[in-house]
Amino acid sequence: MNGVHDMGGMEGFGPIAPEPNEPVFHHRWEARALALTLAAGAWGRWTLDQSRHARERIPAADYLRMSYYEKWVAGLVALLVESGLVTRKEIEDAHAASGAEKSSPRLTADSVAVSLASGRPTLREIAAAPRFAKGAAVRARNLHPSGHTRLPRYVRGKLGTITRHHGAHVFPDTNAHGLGEQPQHLYQVRFETRELWGSAQRNAVYLDLWESYLEPA
Amino acid sequence: MTLRVKALESLLVEKGLVDPAALDAIIDTYEHKVGPRNGARVVARAWSDPEYKRRLLDDATAAIAELGYGGRQGEHMVVVENAAKVHNLVVCTLCSCYPWPVLGLPPVWYKSSPYRSRAVSNPRGVLAEFGLALPDDVEIRVWDSTAEIRYLVLPERPAGTEALNEEQLAELVTRDSMIGVAQAAKEVVA
Repeated sequence: MNGVHDMGGMEGFGPIAPEPNEPVFHHRWEARALALTLAAGAWGRWTLDQSRHARERIPAADYLRMSYYEKWVAGLVALLVESGLVTRKEIEDAHAASGAEKSSPRLTADSVAVSLASGRPTLREIAAAPRFAKGAAVRARNLHPSGHTRLPRYVRGKLGTITRHHGAHVFPDTNAHGLGEQPQHLYQVRFETRELWGSAQRNAVYLDLWESYLEPA
Repeated sequence: MTLRVKALESLLVEKGLVDPAALDAIIDTYEHKVGPRNGARVVARAWSDPEYKRRLLDDATAAIAELGYGGRQGEHMVVVENAAKVHNLVVCTLCSCYPWPVLGLPPVWYKSSPYRSRAVSNPRGVLAEFGLALPDDVEIRVWDSTAEIRYLVLPERPAGTEALNEEQLAELVTRDSMIGVAQAAKEVVA
């Protein structure tokens, strides 16, 4: 979706504000919000791509106003309700509906270390051969899906060069919408600053792009 | 937000969906166990051991796993090397992708709109905001983390550090130097 989250190349957000000796969390609720998101995610009721899309779907004005972990909380509530793990009414009441079945947590304290250490790899084996070879000239397609995508606006229609093949990876555009992993070949693509921004500087931006985002140039 | 998150947690605990002790364990992991010291050890090893550096640049996920690091948000790692005429900078314009196993959770500025928006279009300006001015003939390579590949910058080893051992070298490797908004420290700052 052409949302405000897709902000590469925009201006007007003000200066960057690094904080010396920044703590990992600024408030305890931020730590709980992160942990709740990971622990609830262990139910496997939504994918990483769905959780990213839940945050992207926050209305644009709210998205820009909210802090990072406020967005995580909003995203988590949306996922919990949409997945049916909790109801909207339970969120409002802050209590389980009477007679609701009690589950057993999927992620227990003694399985946290193993769960975090194993992660969620997205590399998959597929039968199809990669369409592009290292060094190939490609153009990022001019796509504007209304759902989730990882093809930023600032490279659409631009010419680039394949610099690396990462193997096949889960495709976010389907995986964010319950349409399956549908893995595709994933490529590292180099775009010259001149091509992207019209600048004479000899810089470059590299993105990891799925095969269906690209066409031969 | 404190009350809102407390209410959400108590609901999820009441329904048996999350275990409060598991939440504590997750928080403890990212507050005390996983952070930029991990990445610093990787960099210091690469500076000290050319064979390790070769493996790191060839297959970063495996080389980082040699030191015991890996997993969530670092499942597929790529390390990019700074050189006299090349400087690398990592960003995630679409959200906040960041190599957790080697750097921990990202700082606020990394997740903020000003950095996400301008790192790709004006990296020199962004670096200047961090106080880093690079010569004009240095090529800046910006890595926009659009997939599940996570990038770590291998900064240049500072001159005059030949006598330092690996542990001492790791002290020079700041978080910011592994994101690419700084160079490695020239000396340990207490």
